[in-house]
Amino acid sequence: MGDTVRSESGIPLAASYGPEDVPGLQSIPRPGEFPFTRGNFPDGYRGRTWTIRQYSGFGTPEESNERYRYLLAQGGTGLSVALDLPTQCGYDSDHPDVEEEVGRVGVALDTLADAEILFDDIPLDAISTSFTINGTAAILLAFYVAVGEKQGVERSKLRGTIQNDILKEYVSRGTWIWPPRPSLRLIADTIEFCAQEVPRFNAISVAGAHFRDAGANAAQEMAFTLMDGITYCDEVMARGRMTIDEFAPQVSFFFYTHGDFFEEIAKYRAGRRRWAHIVRERYGAKDDRSCMFRVGCVAGGASLYAPQAQNNIVRVAYEALASVLGGVQSMFTAAWDEPFALPSEDSATLALRTQQVLAYETGVARVADPLGGSYYVEALTDEMEARVAEIMDDLERRGGMVKAVEEGHLQRLISEEAFRVQQAIASGERAIVGVNQFETDEDPPEVEGYEMDEKGRIRQLERLAEVKRSRSAADVGATLAALGKAAAQDDVNLMPLLVDCAKAYCTVGEMVDVLKDEWGEFQQPAVF
Amino acid sequence: MSLPVRVLVAKPGLDGHDRGAKLVARTLRDAGFEVIYTGIRQRPEAIASVALQEDVQIVGLSILSGAHVALTQKTADALRAAGADDVRLVVGGTIPKRDVPRLEAAGAAAVYPTGTPLEELVESMRALSATEGGRSARG
Repeated sequence: MGDTVRSESGIPLAASYGPEDVPGLQSIPRPGEFPFTRGNFPDGYRGRTWTIRQYSGFGTPEESNERYRYLLAQGGTGLSVALDLPTQCGYDSDHPDVEEEVGRVGVALDTLADAEILFDDIPLDAISTSFTINGTAAILLAFYVAVGEKQGVERSKLRGTIQNDILKEYVSRGTWIWPPRPSLRLIADTIEFCAQEVPRFNAISVAGAHFRDAGANAAQEMAFTLMDGITYCDEVMARGRMTIDEFAPQVSFFFYTHGDFFEEIAKYRAGRRRWAHIVRERYGAKDDRSCMFRVGCVAGGASLYAPQAQNNIVRVAYEALASVLGGVQSMFTAAWDEPFALPSEDSATLALRTQQVLAYETGVARVADPLGGSYYVEALTDEMEARVAEIMDDLERRGGMVKAVEEGHLQRLISEEAFRVQQAIASGERAIVGVNQFETDEDPPEVEGYEMDEKGRIRQLERLAEVKRSRSAADVGATLAALGKAAAQDDVNLMPLLVDCAKAYCTVGEMVDVLKDEWGEFQQPAVF
Repeated sequence: MSLPVRVLVAKPGLDGHDRGAKLVARTLRDAGFEVIYTGIRQRPEAIASVALQEDVQIVGLSILSGAHVALTQKTADALRAAGADDVRLVVGGTIPKRDVPRLEAAGAAAVYPTGTPLEELVESMRALSATEGGRSARG
């Protein structure tokens, strides 16, 4: 790379920037104006500060319910539900292959009975809930709608998000179940269902975060994510039943904010502008609100390191600041001890306080897009957008995202970049404090971590057995049969049928298996 | 010249985070090992059967889900049941310090928690393949 100074994603940087680097500087639209480079809202965070949303959930529904009520009492303004891997991959807690994973990285949900406990005493009309769920997203949405019904909350008052982004699962996160085509159909079903029945619920959160954590750089993260967004919108539009303005406001996005401060800010600004143009030009949106790029983010992830682990507190704080200057709508700040285990209550609380200090003490949220008009930030935004567009064009030319995923092309691009970064760290070209600079010889910290309680798993298995005993076998059989029949037809929306299954206390695994019978399973290309 | 050491990099259980597994696979390949990667979400029995078919000396598990003790035990059992007791088992991932002895008791010949430098891992695996118990005399 010679002596050129570059950003983390490889953008060459001048020593300083001036007006000549930003054509059209005088006419950049203000915050709240199309194409929203400077933010979605004219008053920035004044009208509504970003949602502080800490990812949390583990063990049994009872334990998670307790943690949620604690987080809400501490001033959290939304829930973010972590599900265990069996629930994410479509296995029930009593499946013989998954016993060691039950309740481990999130909460185990087998049936509606678990969801009722999870949200016990939490008014679903007063909070918003985000589910990091993909393969089984439609089923979890069915649970949420059914719990709302039990609480007497109308569908129109439910607020939240399901991640529901399967394409990146095939590439980097791994909780796929069915092949891409039927999975896209189910996602389009949820988008339609939300638009018509649950209008304040985001049917999809197109996630670049996992590309990023798997190794993609900031430009790739944004480009791959926008391509996924296009793939989902194309799928819905191809049905010809809805206009873009009827569902685009319920599509949101999700990213990691890593350590290159200005590049991250530029990434969010460039993403907003690119998406606004895509929605208007590709899909003919008439309503500017459809063109808004709604973004949640995580500060942390693969930008955190094990050596001198408390340095992670500082990293997360800077990343959180970059996220806010980039104009995100919600944020999760990771705990410093996450390289070792699930966070303790202390470290999770400190991560929450990091955002509260930022939101309520520093004053950075007082004025919309405070960096707007900075020669450097505007030039970097332009360059980032150009690179994102270039990567997207290349993927389109190769036949789109589904093809890139099935062929393993995307997986290869990401592994390449991960390897490059690893080498840059090993050679010292990329400085990481405590890792290749200012190292100290110290033992890893004793972290409290979370020890899965065997009793919790047994209670979960007992409840599942009890639900299976007490539910109506006839209802289960009938609703599952109806689901299977509808899955074989392309033009039936499966969501109402999944809600019926949920209310009949069918298990996640039963619903998944019925659909597997129709659709088969994804076969992964194992490339490195 | 000795034959290159054959290694199976494997992801047992449902955890899909494979950045580490792929980096290790690639690093080992560049260091002269012959590397096979299983992909994610493999059952321990399937890992044992690939290990046998591919005649590897070392199986490296990558686990970031917290289920490392149970999955290491299951893979060690599966290797034994398949008659591949001479294959060395190593484990890496999000592993707290206190679990290292438990993994060794479960059958791990070496453990590489988050933060292990890659060159250290390569050296350790070279040393393992040179010691008794590795498949030095394959046909």
